[in-house]
Amino acid sequence: MITPSSSARRVVVTGLGCISPLGLDAATTFAKLLEGVSAVAPITRFDTSAYDCRIAAQVEGFDVSPYVSSPKEARRIDTFAQFAIAAAHMALEHSGLDLATLDLERVGTLIGTGVGGLQVIEAQQKILLESGPRRVSPLLIPMFLGNLAAGHLAIRYGLKGPSLHVSTACATGTHAIGDAAHVIARGDADVMLAGGTEAGITPLLLAGFCSAKALSVRNGEPAAASRPFDLERDGFVMGEGAGVLVLEEEHHAQRRGATILAEVAGYGLTNDAHHITAPEARGDGGRRAMEMALRGASLAPVDIDYVNAHGTSTPLGDRAETTAIKHVFGAHATAKKLWISSTKSMIGHLLGAAGAVEAIVCVMSLVQGKVHPTLNQTCPDPECDLDYVANEARDRPIRATLSNSFGFGGQNACLLLRRYDA
Amino acid sequence: MSIEDQVKSIIVEHLSVDPEQATSEASFVDDLGADSLDLAELVILFEQSFDIRIPPASARELRSVGSAIAYIQSTRAADPS
Repeated sequence: MITPSSSARRVVVTGLGCISPLGLDAATTFAKLLEGVSAVAPITRFDTSAYDCRIAAQVEGFDVSPYVSSPKEARRIDTFAQFAIAAAHMALEHSGLDLATLDLERVGTLIGTGVGGLQVIEAQQKILLESGPRRVSPLLIPMFLGNLAAGHLAIRYGLKGPSLHVSTACATGTHAIGDAAHVIARGDADVMLAGGTEAGITPLLLAGFCSAKALSVRNGEPAAASRPFDLERDGFVMGEGAGVLVLEEEHHAQRRGATILAEVAGYGLTNDAHHITAPEARGDGGRRAMEMALRGASLAPVDIDYVNAHGTSTPLGDRAETTAIKHVFGAHATAKKLWISSTKSMIGHLLGAAGAVEAIVCVMSLVQGKVHPTLNQTCPDPECDLDYVANEARDRPIRATLSNSFGFGGQNACLLLRRYDA
Repeated sequence: MSIEDQVKSIIVEHLSVDPEQATSEASFVDDLGADSLDLAELVILFEQSFDIRIPPASARELRSVGSAIAYIQSTRAADPS
């Protein structure tokens, strides 16, 4: 349990909000994940004919207008922060919190993003080159800064407590939730809005990932492109969206009669100290993150029923993660008692939002006793030989889950969520 | 469209206000809810739309719908290109 001081303050989850390529709320997203539906399709935002990769999992049908006061306000907020505003709105509603009754200096915001407002940066760079510096928008900076997602939430709801932004590439969302739980555990806040958001399907980012040879180029079969742990995987697929959780100090939640969905019981964070993009071959940093999360929760590997894998569908990453899981779980994993699945097999890689949406998936699995599959398991990789919940969802009571996120820069995070027992 | 109508249309669109609110006397900040970023954006929009240059000292004087219309009309009259 996350208890750095002697006075144990436990942290629970009381609200979920999500915008994903599979749905504009958490319940729809999880239901589609259980059905095994892929959201990967040809990119429609811009002309991709010159790109090696022409597919992604895009959020469709998102309209920010119900969440903002005017078109003027919407125009001032980059898409990544719009996603966070919508997800936070739903999470707060789900939690049943009445902000009017709270000491808002004890309510904080910790929302991460991997790349921030890349859409506005790219648009304004074009204006700079074509029309000169005097035409660059004064809103450029308050739109692209990654910390503005948390900033907008604080302003919107009057949340005056601790407020931060983390940016650890693909591990961002997991770090945001873990660190927000620490803010509550150490007594600096009673409630935190925590999560990650990303809207990075842009011409520049797609080109960068293409050049790095990180993406799947299975353009002819988009739904089959993200195939974590499968032998024929050839890279990840970009996704976008946001996940926001309401985290709350246990007694704070109990006093108001809240429905407690899960406990944030452990959190591990490490660095591979190895390479800027490649994982350490044995998944050393990921292994240590998982072990740290287990230690924090005082749980043994056999107490974990489900791992939501980082599982990006890259040849090296999935193998390293499998090796790390075997190291941590031993026979519990190799005897296939541990279920492992990759959300990215259906919604792609949400980068800075991935860990947040995947934490929401873990909470839903704990609550519903259902685990979504890893899609596109057709050709087993001899080096990835664990139980990845191939192609079909499964039911069983889930006591505790790990959610792995590993980022460029070697930054790893692991969150341990478990069913709440008072 | 007259300069007056064009200026009002830019203001109404940009500040998300009703056309009736954009009277000549209306102050951008006090009556139309603009902040410093809005004012900076309006200057860029006026410069683009009317192909003029508004120096910073003049931009600071554009506090109301009427003052913007008057400034743009006089600038355009001085250089009708």
